[in-house]
Amino acid sequence: MYQYIIRRFLIFIPMLIALSIIVFGLAKAAPGDPFSGKILDPEVGMEVYEKQRAELGLDKPVPVQYVRWASKIAQGSFGESITYKGRSVESLIKERFLNTVYLGLFALFITLIVALPIGIYSARRPYSLIDYGTTTFGFFGLAVPNFFFGLVVIYLFSIKLGWFPAQGTISSTKLTGIAEFKDRIHHLVLPGLTLGLASTASYMRYMRSEVMDVLGSDFIRTAKAKGMSANNVLYKHTLRNAMIPIITLLGMELGPLLGGAIITEQVFNFPGIGTLFIGSVINRDYPVVMAITLLLGVAILVGNLLADIFYSVVDPRIRYD
Amino acid sequence: MSSEPVLDVQKLKTYFYLDQNLVAKAVDDVSFSVYPGETVAIVGESGSGKSITALSIMQLINKPGRIVEGSIRVREKNLLDLKEKQMTTIRGNHIGMIFQEPMTALNPVFTIGNQLTEMIRKHKKVSKEIARNKATELLRVVGIPRPDAIMKEYPHQLSGGMRQRVMIAMAISCEPELIIADEPTTALDVTIQAQILDLLKDMQKRYNLAVLLITHDLGVVYEYTDRVIVMYGGQIVEQAPTKKLLSLTKHPYTNGLLSSLPNMEEDVERLGTIKGTVPAAYNFPAGCRFSTRCPAVMEKCRQINPPLLQLDADHFVRCHLYEDGGDE
Repeated sequence: MYQYIIRRFLIFIPMLIALSIIVFGLAKAAPGDPFSGKILDPEVGMEVYEKQRAELGLDKPVPVQYVRWASKIAQGSFGESITYKGRSVESLIKERFLNTVYLGLFALFITLIVALPIGIYSARRPYSLIDYGTTTFGFFGLAVPNFFFGLVVIYLFSIKLGWFPAQGTISSTKLTGIAEFKDRIHHLVLPGLTLGLASTASYMRYMRSEVMDVLGSDFIRTAKAKGMSANNVLYKHTLRNAMIPIITLLGMELGPLLGGAIITEQVFNFPGIGTLFIGSVINRDYPVVMAITLLLGVAILVGNLLADIFYSVVDPRIRYD
Repeated sequence: MSSEPVLDVQKLKTYFYLDQNLVAKAVDDVSFSVYPGETVAIVGESGSGKSITALSIMQLINKPGRIVEGSIRVREKNLLDLKEKQMTTIRGNHIGMIFQEPMTALNPVFTIGNQLTEMIRKHKKVSKEIARNKATELLRVVGIPRPDAIMKEYPHQLSGGMRQRVMIAMAISCEPELIIADEPTTALDVTIQAQILDLLKDMQKRYNLAVLLITHDLGVVYEYTDRVIVMYGGQIVEQAPTKKLLSLTKHPYTNGLLSSLPNMEEDVERLGTIKGTVPAAYNFPAGCRFSTRCPAVMEKCRQINPPLLQLDADHFVRCHLYEDGGDE
């Protein structure tokens, strides 16, 4: 098992190199650089811009630029942001990273506490009124675009009812302890709901079909024939089996958790990775764009590894050796 | 038979409500008893209702199926009157069950030990220690080598025959009076089949169990059972002690089953067959259910379904041929 994990980490190295080449190549393939598309000051001669380009190394051949960039990353530096003068890319990301993680975890939490019980319930009573109701909700959740749902909840719960704030992460930086925690959660509710909507819908559907599948299997009949109680059959024998594919999905959720919030963060003007990413794309702040893309790539790789590890923990038939 | 039956099924009807006006009468008016220490076989083709009868006794019929009528008595209690929660004290405790598919009948994510002990603890209310010791002992009894190690293993690490041994260990773990074995050897290869059936026989002697063996293998019936119930189309068509049924076969269907067996003594060109297939349970003919395939069919058979006639003390048959006192 440990050998397997170490091997998987070693495989990460070539994958990350390939990923970085693709990210860098794509960034370079996009037309323009931080200075194009801007209204340039006519007082300043073109040679000044050329000089600045040279300072950033943008006049060098692309492979040379890549090697410079990659070797800096290897030393732990993603360079300096172009838009935010003098700020390192790491510090920009670090400042927002936790916000996005909180948002993602909160959305995931909502997803799980809503989707799993509903999924189990519908599986136990398929074709009941509640099953049809939740199925309808499921299609609704998958069909409604995130930004639209976000705007609707802002209108309803923030503007009309005034229950939750429409943007930001905290009302005052002076808050500490429990009060701070409460305030952060309060700010997370609307973006969390919005972000969690689609995944709640899909997890609900997954859970329903998994539980239904397992409930029909022979070993469930055996468990019943052994005289096990209904609760034991459901929560022990059924759930443990039904959770196997769900856990795999959860591991793979790590990437989207960090990257999938881009639109939601934008709608709620939420200071996370997503808003930083969009801003950087618009401003052609390539160091930031590349760093975030790389970060999401790593998150997906790690997520997949976690899924595989969890998988072997819950399913004894899976052994990596 | 002298003593009280361990299982007494009367007029059992289990129907499946497939559609608004489509009812599959999978088990239709079935009555029989099983006495202590006895092995009774239920024989029939696929779709004859034998497995549904077994599952009805355990009350493990899933929707859209439902037990419509009848009584199932175990120890003076009518199981059909029990609530689901009370039923869990009967299942596994008074009636053990062994299924056809050992490969899928055990939960893949729990160890053998876990699956055995949880059952012992549920019914016997003993400590984990005692349950584990008992489970290990049971594995030894059913002939599993290194039972201590197997306790910690998962079902996928065992062969089909071993898993069926585990299932038998489970079925006998709480000393039930009755074991229902639903085609316990169908999924196993022939050499293992004999081992498993011998083991079942041993266990029966050791614990004085009654066994209800559901099978379609007449060889198994001949070798291992005391009494046979032949089912066709959800009903009992013939019932008699094994030797008697095989030598003094009455019902044309039973005859058909027997003539389809290969015979060592006689040299035949072709094995006998019963033409056609079992009619679907929602589409039985109006009269005798076997009338569509019966070689001795009469006009009467197409109109009236014959009752189960008693020929002598222990031989019953459902056929118009024997209506006047039983002489052919």
